Amino acid sequence: MDILVAPLIVGLISAVLSALIVVVDSIVNNYGEVEIDINSGKKKLKVQGGRPLLFTLASENIFIPSACGGRGSCGACKVKVLSDVGEYLPTELPYMSKEEIAQNIRLSCQIKVKKNLKIELPEELFNVKKFKGTVISLENVTHDIKEVKLKLSEEINFKAGQYVQLVIPPYDKIKQPTQRAYSIASTPSKKDEIELLIRLVPGGIATTYVHNYLKEGDVLEVIGPFGEFYMRDTKKDMICVAGGSGMAPIKSIIFDMYERNILDRNVWYFFGARTEKDLFYVELFRKLEKVWDKFHFIPALSEPQKDWDGEVGLITDVMVKYLETMVGKETEKEGYLCGSPGMINACETLLKKHGINEVYYDKFA
Amino acid sequence: MPDINPLVLFFASIFTSNILLSNFLGMCSFISISKSLKSSNGLGMAVTMVMTVTTVLNWGVEKYIIVPFQLEYLRYIIYIIVIAAVVQILEMVIDRVSPNLYISLGIFLPLITVNCAILGVALFMQLRNYSLIQSVFFGFGSGIGWWLAIVLLAAIRAKVDKSPVPAPLKGVGITLITIGIMAMAFIGFAGMINVQ
Repeated sequence: MDILVAPLIVGLISAVLSALIVVVDSIVNNYGEVEIDINSGKKKLKVQGGRPLLFTLASENIFIPSACGGRGSCGACKVKVLSDVGEYLPTELPYMSKEEIAQNIRLSCQIKVKKNLKIELPEELFNVKKFKGTVISLENVTHDIKEVKLKLSEEINFKAGQYVQLVIPPYDKIKQPTQRAYSIASTPSKKDEIELLIRLVPGGIATTYVHNYLKEGDVLEVIGPFGEFYMRDTKKDMICVAGGSGMAPIKSIIFDMYERNILDRNVWYFFGARTEKDLFYVELFRKLEKVWDKFHFIPALSEPQKDWDGEVGLITDVMVKYLETMVGKETEKEGYLCGSPGMINACETLLKKHGINEVYYDKFA
Repeated sequence: MPDINPLVLFFASIFTSNILLSNFLGMCSFISISKSLKSSNGLGMAVTMVMTVTTVLNWGVEKYIIVPFQLEYLRYIIYIIVIAAVVQILEMVIDRVSPNLYISLGIFLPLITVNCAILGVALFMQLRNYSLIQSVFFGFGSGIGWWLAIVLLAAIRAKVDKSPVPAPLKGVGITLITIGIMAMAFIGFAGMINVQ
């Protein structure tokens, strides 16, 4: 009997204190109904206060891009807040530049909606929707990249190059839904279906789920489209650079151009990989080269193993070699980059060195 | 129960037996937060509140639960559970009432849970067998004492920051020396009243 007394008493004390916390929480954290005014009265939302702005807006079907799903670790969910919501939190400051602080741009996942708020959002975010995506095909395109095709519950309107956020449900030891951003690899002409390329990141919550748990017929939530990475409507030559699963948005852009018959621009597509087994879609782009004379596909391997007769070296070195020899110097150019932040930084610096100042990318950290 | 007037206990715990400067409990947040006078004031207030409330609650828990059920061996755990719950509630209240103070206290607010000064006061209260009213004055007084010490140190540090301090002593070095001198000054009061 004595052995039961101690746990019972400690349990009882904990229960009473927990109940007290719940009661105080329901009183103190009850901010009642508050109004969020978006873009000077263009949209007014009546919401329940107390939750972070990101989630409050999502519950009203306004989806702010957030690659980390609201954990304050990607710095993507920036929103201009016109009302006073208090000082910057230490969790926000690492993602803010001086200019952003001067404009009172905040991380929407870190600030709570406690009183009436005025915010500014880009109009295109109002078109972002939540879809149900049924997995219709799962295919390994390399040893660590999977091509995932999803049939959407309704039509999606996006620009080639944009991305969606995939909501990964709880699984195994992961107890909460997780959101991750993936670029769309298919073209906008297919409105009820999207294709994603997902590389397995060791220990990654979302990529482990996609590679080890996801199967055909499963339904995932998809939010989108987002992003500022898309083809600019100019006549300039395009220098596209991708590595690994960075293939996705570039493939979408190039095939969209082909489909829409925009064949008068020179497109140079540099695709970097380590070895032969990291290469994919090579045949697809080789075929495109045959029917589109201004399109040039340059795959390069940094560590070729078999009989590889293509380019060898880091993609940045190969790109420089072409910029200095093959690619015409007299024409104006734009850069389109997709890959790791390191690769993007290196390529951007090189492109700028070669006088190419218009460089576009979405950097997913 | 010692025969000490609660008011005497109150002043003694502020000056002659200051929990920080005579027992050196709660040093971590004392050194870290005392860089800013505003945050020191806020944390001092929070510590005072938690100390007073938890000392009283733990007095009740000691008298009506721990002693009757012979759970003396679980005293530390039970005291800490009570302190943790009070800190949680205080966190919510500060976030609501003064969001800017909440931000400036940052990690140190939840860390009050493991502030040894808070647990120390509760344990002294039990060890010295104080009555309820004595515990109230002792807890409140110790909180005020902690608050006074951190505000004094913050004020001194604000002055020291503008003074020519030898390079190797800058920062924590000169702060520790300052704390030592402050402690000596406070111990100077010790002859007046003895509450041990």
